[in-house]
Order: sequence, then C-alpha cells, then structure tokens
Amino acid sequence: MNLNYTAEELAFRDEVRAFLDDKLPADIAAKVKGFRRLTKEDHQRWQKILSTQGWYATHWPTEYGGVEWTPVQKHIWDEESCRYGVPRSVPFGVNMVAPVIIRFGNEEQKQRYLPRILSGEDWWCQGYSEPGAGSDLASLKTRAVREGDHYIVNGQKTWTTLGQHANMIFCLVRTNTEVKAQEGISFLLIDMNTPGITVRPIITLDGEHEVNEVFFEDVKVPAENLVGEEDKGWTYAKYLLTYERTGLAGIGLSKAALEHLKGVASRRLKNGRPLIEDTTFSQRIAQIEIDLMAASISNLRIIAAVEGGGMPGAESSMLKVRGTEIRQSINDLARRAIGPYALPFVEEELSLDYDGEFLSDENAAPLAAQYFNNRKLSIFGGSNEIQKNIVTKMILGL
Amino acid sequence: MDFRLNEEQQMLQDTVARLVRGEYSFEKRLEYSETELGFSADFWKQLSELGLTAVPFAEELGGFGGSGVEVQSVMTELGRGLCLEPYLQSVVLGGGLLDHAGSDSQKEQWLSGVATGELKVAVGLQEPQSFYNLNDVATRAEKSGEGYVLNGRKAVVIGGHCADLLIVSARTAGDTRDADGLSLFAVDRNAEGLERRTYPTIDGSRGCDLFLNNVKVGTDALLGEEGKAGPIIEYQAGRAIAALCGEAVGAMEEAIRLTLDYLKTRKQFGVPIGKFQVLQHRMVDMSSELEQARSMAILAASVADNEQSDERRRTLAAAKNVIGRAGQFISEQGIQSHGGIGMTWEYNFAHYAKRLIMINHQLGDDDHHLEQFAGLLRAAV
Repeated sequence: MNLNYTAEELAFRDEVRAFLDDKLPADIAAKVKGFRRLTKEDHQRWQKILSTQGWYATHWPTEYGGVEWTPVQKHIWDEESCRYGVPRSVPFGVNMVAPVIIRFGNEEQKQRYLPRILSGEDWWCQGYSEPGAGSDLASLKTRAVREGDHYIVNGQKTWTTLGQHANMIFCLVRTNTEVKAQEGISFLLIDMNTPGITVRPIITLDGEHEVNEVFFEDVKVPAENLVGEEDKGWTYAKYLLTYERTGLAGIGLSKAALEHLKGVASRRLKNGRPLIEDTTFSQRIAQIEIDLMAASISNLRIIAAVEGGGMPGAESSMLKVRGTEIRQSINDLARRAIGPYALPFVEEELSLDYDGEFLSDENAAPLAAQYFNNRKLSIFGGSNEIQKNIVTKMILGL
Repeated sequence: MDFRLNEEQQMLQDTVARLVRGEYSFEKRLEYSETELGFSADFWKQLSELGLTAVPFAEELGGFGGSGVEVQSVMTELGRGLCLEPYLQSVVLGGGLLDHAGSDSQKEQWLSGVATGELKVAVGLQEPQSFYNLNDVATRAEKSGEGYVLNGRKAVVIGGHCADLLIVSARTAGDTRDADGLSLFAVDRNAEGLERRTYPTIDGSRGCDLFLNNVKVGTDALLGEEGKAGPIIEYQAGRAIAALCGEAVGAMEEAIRLTLDYLKTRKQFGVPIGKFQVLQHRMVDMSSELEQARSMAILAASVADNEQSDERRRTLAAAKNVIGRAGQFISEQGIQSHGGIGMTWEYNFAHYAKRLIMINHQLGDDDHHLEQFAGLLRAAV
C-alpha cells in the first residue's frame, strides 16, 4: 500500500500549479472563491485559456483534441482547480454531450460538433427532465415524429441549467409510444435558434436565474441530428449519466468551501473572540472536516480502482450522497457563522464590481443565499434517493 | 390538565386565521414584499381595527390584557400566512419594552399608539460584533447636559426602515459585554444623527442597520432606570421568543401541509410519490418534529409572562432550540421531498423554508440556546 503520489504525478501537480499561477485571471478566481456570480463572458474567457493550453477536454481522446489524463491526473487537476478558484466548466458540452457523440455519434457529427465545443462556439444545455419526468426520467413525453428527413418535436423540458446562454440543446425525446418506456427514447441534438423553441426562466428561491423551462412547438429538427439509432437513446442517456455522476461528489469544492468557512469563522466574533475559537462552533467545523477527510479517501479509492482498469460503479452513488451532504453541512455552518447577518439580502454586494461599503463584510453577503441554493445538490444529477436506490440494487442486491 | 385554548383564545385565533386566509394569498404576499414598506399597510390597519395590535396590553390602554398564549395564537396564524407585518417587532417586543420599562407618561406618549397600530416601533438590540449575546453592546450613551448622546451601530433591525420609534440598547456604564450598565432609549425616527442602511431580508421582509452618530436625546428618552436595562431586555426577548415559537409552528404546519399534498398528487413511476416508503418515513419524521415544536411552543407560551427565574430561562431556551432544529429539518426535508419544484420562487414552499431557517437566526439559534440551557443545567430542580 502506498498512498502517495508518484514522482510523475507530483511533477504534473507542479505543472498544473505553474499554469494556474500564470494564467488564471485574478478577477475570475476572486468571484469563484467568494461565491459570486459568474457571467457568460467569465466562463468563455476561461474556456479560451484552457483550450489554448489544450486542457479543456479532460475526458476526450487526444485524436479529438482531448487530454487523456489518467484518473489520478484528473483528480489532481480537480483538487488544484478548487483550491485556486477555477470556475467549474459548464459540463453540458464538454463533459456530457461530447462523450456521447464520441462513443455513439457518426463521423459527421464528431467533425461538426467537437471542434465547436472546444472553441466555445457552441454552448450546450441539457434537455432531460420534464415537468412529469424527474426521478422517473424514462416517463418523458416530449415527442419527436419523423416526417421525411426531419423530426417534428413537441413538448417541454425543465430545470435546463444555463439554457439562457445556450445555442444547442441535447434532448431525450420519445420516438416510439408502442414499446416499453425505455425502449422508445431517442437522443436528438437541437439548435436552440430553431423556430418554435421558447426559453422561460425559472427563478430559484435565492432569486437566481440559473435554470429554465424550454418549450418545443412543432420544432423541425433535421434527421441527421439523431445520435446513434432511433429508440436507443436510453442507452446513451445512461452512459451520459455515469459521466455526470463522477465529480458530483464535489470533494474538491467541499475542501475549498471548508477553507472559506474557516476564514469566515476566524473573522466573526462571539463574546469578543473569533468564532472559530468557540467550543461549539469549532467542534461543528471539526466534525465536518473529519467526514470530508473520510470521503476524500473514499474518492481516492475509487480513482485508484479506475486507474487500475476498473469501472466506477455504484460506489460513486454512495459518494455522491455523502459528498453533497458534506457540502450542504459546510454551507449550513457558513450561514450560521454570520448569525443575525444571515437575514439581510443585499444583492448588489453579490457582484464583484460592487465598490460600496459592505454591510457586514464581503464574505457574509452570499452565504445565506448559497445555503439555500445548494439544497439543489441533493436533488440534481439523480436525487440522493435515486442514488440510494442504485446502491440498494447494485451493491446490496436487495 | 387541559392543553386546549379556551373559548376566547380560540375565537381570537380563528379571527386572525380568517383575516389571513382572506387577505394574504401567496401572490399578494410577494407583492407586499416588493414594496418599499415591505408589508401591507392595509392589512396592518385591519389587524389594528380588530384590536389585535392591542392584545398584550392592559385594558386601560384599550388592550385585551392578553398573555403569552394569546400573543402566540396571533403569531401562529401570522406565521401560517407568512405575514410580513411588524407584529413581533412593534407589538410584542417594542410594546413589551415600553410596557415593562416605560414611565406613565412614556406609556401614554408611545404605548397607546403601539396598541392602536398607529405607532410602529422597531427594536435594535444586536450589534455587528454581538452575535446573539444581547449584553454585547458597544453603543455608548454619554450623559450630556439634560440628556444623552448616543454613538454606535445596531445590527439587523427588522422593521427599522419604516418604524416611527426606534428603541435601542446602549451602554451607560461597564465594559462591552457586561450585563450591568445597559440602558434603553427611545429614539425618534427623524432624530438628527440617526442614519439607516435599509435592505430586504432573504425571507422577504425588510430591515436596516442603524448608525447613531452623536444622536442627542433628552432624559425623557431613557426607558427605565439608567444602567438597569439588562434584565428587562432579557425578559422581553424571552416573551418575543415565545411569540416566535408560535410563528414558527404556524409556518411549519403549513409547510407540512404543502409537502403532504405534494406527496399525494405528484406521480412518478406510475404512483403518487407518497407511496414510497422513504418519503413516507421522512414525512413521519417531519410531523414528529412539528409535534415536538408544538409542545415546546405551548410550554414557552405558558411561562412567557411568569416572573423571571432560571426555570423560565431554561424553558424558553429549550423551546427556541427545538423550534430552530425542527424548522431546519422541516425546511430541508420538505425541499428534498418536493425535488426541484421546492427550490423555486414561484411555489410557496421555498418561502416557508426561508422564513423557518431565518427564525433560527432571530433571538438566538439552536446552538446559542443549547449553550444557555447547558449553562443552567445545575439550576435544574
């Protein structure tokens, strides 16, 4: 047993650090570390830098412009990214639809879409969930009917993250109603500028516009935009979901959030002393740090297994549950740390351009909103209940 | 032993419930919340016309002479409707402090206005460094001629943006966290040197931080004896805790009703999701948290007007601790049971969740009250 990085891995880490020291824009890192809003332009600016470095598509084979890092290298990248305040790549293009196109798409689709993802020309969003199809995704109703060399799409998708910025959407659509729910689904790539598509914002409880509803009314989609075979979309969808799940545990993000929490607790006072010295509060932080330590090693065990040629299995479901619970606990403590100042909601302080005086301090402004916003962690990417069902079946055999 | 409200108390609660049902739809609440006032002036007027703003005060002030039970009944219904009116700040806490510490002439000047709802009071007891310790007061009041000069900052004064009268704690003697040496002052909204930074709160209400820069007040602004306000503040904060428990119970009841409805109507995998055992058991846990909270709210109301004692302190600390934890559990598990829809602005559940979480940030969270209770362990009989 050896829990240390190899000399090559350490050298890779140095390379990552040197790159981030040199190339990560300070204003973007400050936003990420301070839990501030990122604009579309922020994401695009950083993506250009990553693409230029050749490090944008970490999941892709090199022949398509990917990096082909080992699982340990990806882990190192993830850890360092979180530590430095690198914005999370918007995953829908590079980490979700691209692996599906690479695995199941035809040559034309690869040639057309992959370079546009790398260059940032296309911004993808995900058309999976529907109002009636959440955890029960296979019950989706959005219809695609073949008419000549087109599909005519009618229906509604929801919880479409950052759909307001997207020009492309990949959709699960029903192409066959005669068979079992899972067997009549197809995977379609749709241009968001096609007539008949309407995007309507969904405002979340913290006042944010992050997710959307997308309506399709007689939308004409060229048949060549079908990925793989008609009615086989469920297989591709599941393949994509395994990609979505890895990384949802957010261990690196939790580590960064824990550091941030310690900073907040060092500056807030309780009875004249820093809150971090308070017995109750310091023990609450300590408990989370211990749980995070354990989850982080569990994460490494999965990574090491994959490095050795294994497949990430239902263990990643377990880790998604624990990881999201840990991050939500950190957000809970951060909100608690600011005491009465959890109440004021001074929206202008959430912008990094804010140059006025902060009501409390600059770290306090986003904390209560962030706590509420991150209740989503245990809901999205397959709710924690669904993850537990997977563990029940796949690991426990119950 | 009888845990039921008596006939008059039940009538009182029904009156408020009817009013809230009629006037406080979710859509209207969102509208009220977005106005500069942050609540409905019209609804406030209706509360006062029905005598509800006078509930806790003596009959000679036009009041009902209501106890903690009556106050809690009103608050429960206001909580169920997520009402934004400053009942807690003005009537319970502001009125309570004036009633407790005010001279006859001060009561005549201000308390009668509170009872009729014409005068709105906001109370500033916290400061940026105070966390939940109300003795942690750095604001100073220096004697000067025929009065005092106040300097300092009061934090998160809910309702302070529109209050006619502001009651603030200030130190006339002692060090920052001494229990002795605190005094209470009534400051007019237009006092020179009084500045506000107003803001909406995350639970849909409004408030401000108060900046006191050489604010001059006369001796007639001093409520009670100089330097002796500590126990009065503690006592009245206790009454407000009992009231907040009522608000929380009303909000929790509605949050649970909404969740239960959703479990019965939302279908996945061909059945209502309430058929899934994991959600059934979660709903049971939420309901039993509510029962725990309800029990402690009743207990808190029953001691709210007792003479101060360690037993009263223990009970109120325990109640606020239970309420804080139950509110968080019901909010988080309720959102989870709803899934994405529970996270949206357009659906009312999230607004209950936000209010319940923020109740835990008012007058001490569950950790704070656990510590208070632990500190009194040896005082147990």
